[in-house]
Amino acid sequence: MQKKISSIPFSGTPEQEAKLKEIISRHKDDPGAVMPVLQEAQDVYGYLPIEVQTMIAEGLNVPLEEVYGVSTFYSQFALSPKGKYNISVCLGTACYVKGSGLLLEELTKQLGIGAEECTPDGEFSLTACRCIGACGLAPVLTVNDDVYGRLVPDDIKGIIDKYKA
Amino acid sequence: MYRSNVLVCGGTGCTSSNSQAIIAKLNEEIKSRGLQDEINVVQTGCFGLCALGPIMIVYPEGSFYSRVKVEDIPEIVEEHLVKGNVVKHLLYKETVRGDEIVGLSETAFYAKQHRLALKNCGVINPERIDEYIAMDGYQALAKVLTKMTPEDVVNEITKSGLRGRGGGGFPTGRKWSFAAMQKADQKYVCCNADEGDPGAFMDRSVLEGDPHTVLEAMAIAGYAIGASQGYIYVRAEYPIAVKRLQIAINQAHEYGLLGDNILGTGFKFDVQLRLGAGAFVCGEETALLTSIEGNRGEPRPRPPFPAVKGLFQKPTILNNVETYANVCQIILKGADWFSSIGTEKSKGTKVFALGGKIEHTGLVEVPMGTTLREIIEEIGGGVPNGKKFKAAQTGGPSGGCIPAEHMDVPIDYDNLIAIGSMMGSGGLIVMDETTCMVDIAKFFLEFTVDESCGKCTPCRIGTRRLLEMLDKITKGQGTLEMLDEMEQLCYYIKDNSLCGLGQTAPNPVLATLKYFRDEYIAHVVDKKCPAGVCKSLLTISIDPDKCKGCTMCARVCPAGAISGTVKNPHVVDQSKCVKCGACMEKCKFGAISKS
Repeated sequence: MQKKISSIPFSGTPEQEAKLKEIISRHKDDPGAVMPVLQEAQDVYGYLPIEVQTMIAEGLNVPLEEVYGVSTFYSQFALSPKGKYNISVCLGTACYVKGSGLLLEELTKQLGIGAEECTPDGEFSLTACRCIGACGLAPVLTVNDDVYGRLVPDDIKGIIDKYKA
Repeated sequence: MYRSNVLVCGGTGCTSSNSQAIIAKLNEEIKSRGLQDEINVVQTGCFGLCALGPIMIVYPEGSFYSRVKVEDIPEIVEEHLVKGNVVKHLLYKETVRGDEIVGLSETAFYAKQHRLALKNCGVINPERIDEYIAMDGYQALAKVLTKMTPEDVVNEITKSGLRGRGGGGFPTGRKWSFAAMQKADQKYVCCNADEGDPGAFMDRSVLEGDPHTVLEAMAIAGYAIGASQGYIYVRAEYPIAVKRLQIAINQAHEYGLLGDNILGTGFKFDVQLRLGAGAFVCGEETALLTSIEGNRGEPRPRPPFPAVKGLFQKPTILNNVETYANVCQIILKGADWFSSIGTEKSKGTKVFALGGKIEHTGLVEVPMGTTLREIIEEIGGGVPNGKKFKAAQTGGPSGGCIPAEHMDVPIDYDNLIAIGSMMGSGGLIVMDETTCMVDIAKFFLEFTVDESCGKCTPCRIGTRRLLEMLDKITKGQGTLEMLDEMEQLCYYIKDNSLCGLGQTAPNPVLATLKYFRDEYIAHVVDKKCPAGVCKSLLTISIDPDKCKGCTMCARVCPAGAISGTVKNPHVVDQSKCVKCGACMEKCKFGAISKS
């Protein structure tokens, strides 16, 4: 899968860096530490800018290309920041046959952004995800941790409005 | 002792439809009446009937409340729990027969099921080890450690006929015996909980509903092959499963059921969690092991097989969650008991995640050899809205589809392969007449193109070429020759790819070409999509006899493609129409149709 790489300048805080250092030192001696460290680092920064990956590579003493290879391989790792509200549309089979493709189309229309993009104000980002396992509620989308199920495209506007400032 | 137990489903499906708020409200209402010592609220794993979630069962009566809302709770507490009157109008309608209320086991959904791997799901609180122990938990581990040799364990599993539930169907006992034969200073027991098939949620339900059974089975496997370390590779997209597994591991440690000197026998075994990061290929065994090692999850050529050189180059066995969920009961009840269930070559039961166009979306477990018709029409309640069944998709992106003509084939590993599909991990998606089979093949190819790891050429480039051809066909640019070319390419990819992902990626195309060639021909020759899905091939038109000229369609058309004057029939400008169907939805006279 092609990754969108952010052009937004990196703005990590010293607190975040301290947390990252702690994560690295906790995993340093584990076999296969790169993935768990990237996962925890993403929780700290929200995404994995190249600056963070460089710190991880240096901290774990592995080549940056190896870290970059892992971060670009797995779909869970984001190289661009997510919006304040990340809307994730399930495109698993059960949701797809029940019309989740139309939900994604409607969101793209309403928000003016495509999948894996973020609105310019940083409020909303849109992702197409694989099965989240709530097939009983298909078609499903999530806004951060809130789950909305049994949707039709006409429901989209109401959902977006709930999160608009 | 409590006089009532209220079980609320805490699986992902029900949690998504707000079962947590229901539990909170229940506790609040019960406490405000001072009944907290009489009534126990239990959060369980998945009951299986996800379509009816959130689900709640009140024992001892066994009253089954479905699609419960937070607003319903005061009524249920006051009427049922305080006054003892079951709130009939909130019960699942299938359990109410006139004045009589029947048990869940008598409903169409449960009657034909045989719950073995899902034995404890929806029954116990998965976050309390005591409840698992009360259901004979950890007795199988105690039995193998005190009464059986490692060879006995391998033999018992081999004799049971258990085959891998992750898709391949390899005999589990054989796998274990290969690893047991190896001499090494360290061996590993791994669990594949990277359930990547979109639309499959069997493993997640076991992990959420009964995590200890997996830990216990892994410890048994560790004893059988001589390993002291286990890893569970679980999808990060399953936060509830991850949390409950971690709780279970911690509790098992506290009770001395994991760690050093288990049950005082000197046997040592530990389990660590590793989170996946969203790569379908990691469901393939060698790719999964590479990923646990912290690398890009690319598959490795076999041999050497993992049983010889697996994780960190040490002998390793890797089984799927559902496979482990059968192990403890085989040990306790015996191989003969297990092999009495199922068909000649496929023993035991299989869990299916029913989804798509079906009345009872959810989780079902049936003996091997049950027919698709029984699963879909009897247990699943059939296709909703009076639509006609077209096909059932099994095995996800690696599988194929089963058309109506094969609905009476008894489902087992070998029969499914014979009709061009596969068991897969157990996803079963039902499609009706409004599903376009070419579009479905394209959907799965989009998935495999995205998920192909890129290591070998036939898969990386071959699947992309296949997708391009499918895309052309759905746009009306296909030719008959293209269908033959596609078929050839499919076989080329199958024969030459490195791992299971590539070797099975063309299956959705081959199966749809085999059973639904007429749909392909309709796309290619007539330039029509019979199911009305492929937008480029649709024409939206207005019937001038039915159109009353209300102008509604012209106002909702986003493309300005509809013109006409008030009280006169309107027309669609085909060059501008984007085929969104907005006009059809709004037309009150049924004058607009697509074909």
